[in-house]
Amino acid sequence: MVKYILKRLLLALLILFSVSIILYFLVRCMPMDFFDQQFAAAVGSGNMSEQDVLHIKALYGLDDNSFLGILKGYWSWLSGFLQGNMGHSFIFPASVEEVIKEKMGISFGISFVSLILELIIAIPLGIKCACNQYGKIDYTATILCMIGMAFPSFFLGNLLIKWLAVDLGWFDPMGGLVSSNLPQDASMMLRFGDMLWHLILPITVFVVLNIGSIMRYTRTNTLEVLNADYIRTARAKGLSEGKVIYKHVFRNTMIPLITMLTFTLPTLFGGAMITEEVFNMPGIGQAAYQALQKGDVPLIMGYNMFIAALTVTGVLISDIMYAVVDPRVKLA
Amino acid sequence: MEMNTEENNSKNTVNEEEAANGGNFNDNLHGENLTERAKVLSPGKTVAKRFFRSKLSVIGLVTLILLFAFAFIGPLFSKWSANNGTVLDYSNPTTNSTYITITFTGPDGNTYYGYDVSYTELDYNSLGDISGSHWMGTTQEGYDVFTRLMLGGRVSLTIGFVVVILETILGVLLGGLAGYFGKWVDQLIMRIVDIISCIPTLPIMLILAAVFNSLGIVSIARLYYTFLILTLIGWGGTARLVRGQILSFREQEFMLAAKSSGLSTSKKIFKHLLPNIIPQLIVSMTLGLGSIILTEATLGYLGIGAPLDTATWGNMINFAANARFRNYYPNLWIGAGVCITLAILAFNFVGDGLRDAFDPKMKR
Repeated sequence: MVKYILKRLLLALLILFSVSIILYFLVRCMPMDFFDQQFAAAVGSGNMSEQDVLHIKALYGLDDNSFLGILKGYWSWLSGFLQGNMGHSFIFPASVEEVIKEKMGISFGISFVSLILELIIAIPLGIKCACNQYGKIDYTATILCMIGMAFPSFFLGNLLIKWLAVDLGWFDPMGGLVSSNLPQDASMMLRFGDMLWHLILPITVFVVLNIGSIMRYTRTNTLEVLNADYIRTARAKGLSEGKVIYKHVFRNTMIPLITMLTFTLPTLFGGAMITEEVFNMPGIGQAAYQALQKGDVPLIMGYNMFIAALTVTGVLISDIMYAVVDPRVKLA
Repeated sequence: MEMNTEENNSKNTVNEEEAANGGNFNDNLHGENLTERAKVLSPGKTVAKRFFRSKLSVIGLVTLILLFAFAFIGPLFSKWSANNGTVLDYSNPTTNSTYITITFTGPDGNTYYGYDVSYTELDYNSLGDISGSHWMGTTQEGYDVFTRLMLGGRVSLTIGFVVVILETILGVLLGGLAGYFGKWVDQLIMRIVDIISCIPTLPIMLILAAVFNSLGIVSIARLYYTFLILTLIGWGGTARLVRGQILSFREQEFMLAAKSSGLSTSKKIFKHLLPNIIPQLIVSMTLGLGSIILTEATLGYLGIGAPLDTATWGNMINFAANARFRNYYPNLWIGAGVCITLAILAFNFVGDGLRDAFDPKMKR
């Protein structure tokens, strides 16, 4: 077990290393350079010369766009990264670690609340559907879930904004985390309530989009468990149906579900770029979107490496979880 | 396709048996017609029968047929379409008005607000209302939204097929190599799959869009190039599927039989292993078609897909990204959104139906 985990960790490091090379070269291929954009006006008006811009770029290691130059830039990025220093963001006045740490809280909060809501609704529904397979409830729930899964996030988001926020006026059509006209000295309660009011729509979108996959997964697994011999035994010894379902079926359904949930790790911490952009949420996804549009090399690298690390960790944890929750699985 | 070939195969075997037995000699064996008996056994027929028994998959299939008809036949009946494009409506010219807010401080020290309105006379129908001749109004450029919606389906619905076929070819080839040869080949290919599955897709698409812009690739070719690169990072899932299947089939008796009868490696792979994976491949391809439509829509929404003058569903949903169009002209984008959702839903229904139909363990 320990040997297996060590092997997988080494492999994960190798994967992350390769991902960082590919990403760095791709990001440096981006033509829109932050400094060119930033100083275009100054150069145009003659306050700065091209030489000055090049000099500033050199300070950040971004001046040389030849293969060797990018390699050199990668080397300096990597050595910083290994020392726990991912550089300073260009568009936010903080280091990359601070930006990620600060913005991650908002994204994590939204994703976490949505995940809890999804689980509360999807798991009982999935079990209910499996117990009434091909019944009315099953068909209705399956169709509704598939419709929810088919919605593009930006379409559902904008539809809700247009309908509930613009037409009915129930929510803030501007989006964002707090109202723009909220006074600075507003009490904590007021501020918190305002945040909750702004979070309802994005959380709704997350729940509608993700509930389907969890529900269907629960349903399939419950169906499998329901056919198992020990369920027949439980029924044969005269247990009530409720006891069979909640003591025997439910617990065994949780095994594959727990392992599946580890795959949601990247979205849980990494935010959702498009949904955050639609609702103007200052989360990590929106920060990454802005970074990508403005050529903020350190933040793009930091964000993507963060996501890659989360993906690798998620897969690793799910593999270990398989062995932990099911003693029949042997890791090799 | 698959079902047809299997049906033909079964018919061929029937004919061969008939020929071997000297025509109709054995036709009425045990009171059963041999042809009918062979028909019952055909796996293609079984799959088709199971597929059509499920209401959801039939709904999905009908929706897809309607969507394709909408996209490919619909524009032929529209008076606003010509040469694969939409024509402008010059009969109802509109006047565009622009408001500029002016703030100035008067001599009395108070601040006054005013509006400067400028009118532009257009010779076409810009942002027209929903009417008898424009069922969904017109865009700012004067194009008929409904016709563009039909034409947009042509690109959005078909681009997925190219992508999915390319991805499947790559995935089968590399996943098959990994599963069949094992050892270092397997290690190498699966580690590459691990690496590309860790690269987030959306940032890559945004980076690519910027690169294409700087290279001056702004025509519809940009969409094709983006999808070409997406296939290069998208084959991992298929490869994993094929590898897993081949690993389990490799150990089974029929492969031992193939080996002991001295078949060549290529024959073992193409005649004995691959046909067993085809059901799973068809399912994953069908579900893949839905996700490609979503990708195209996402690219369009972010404004990095096809150029804006080309009609695709993704481009039309792009209007929702603009607060003015989102709030005051829902006719511009809701249609495209509904089409995208319907198409994804239909592909998912068909994919699920196929999966259940192919699964021999399913009772119904």
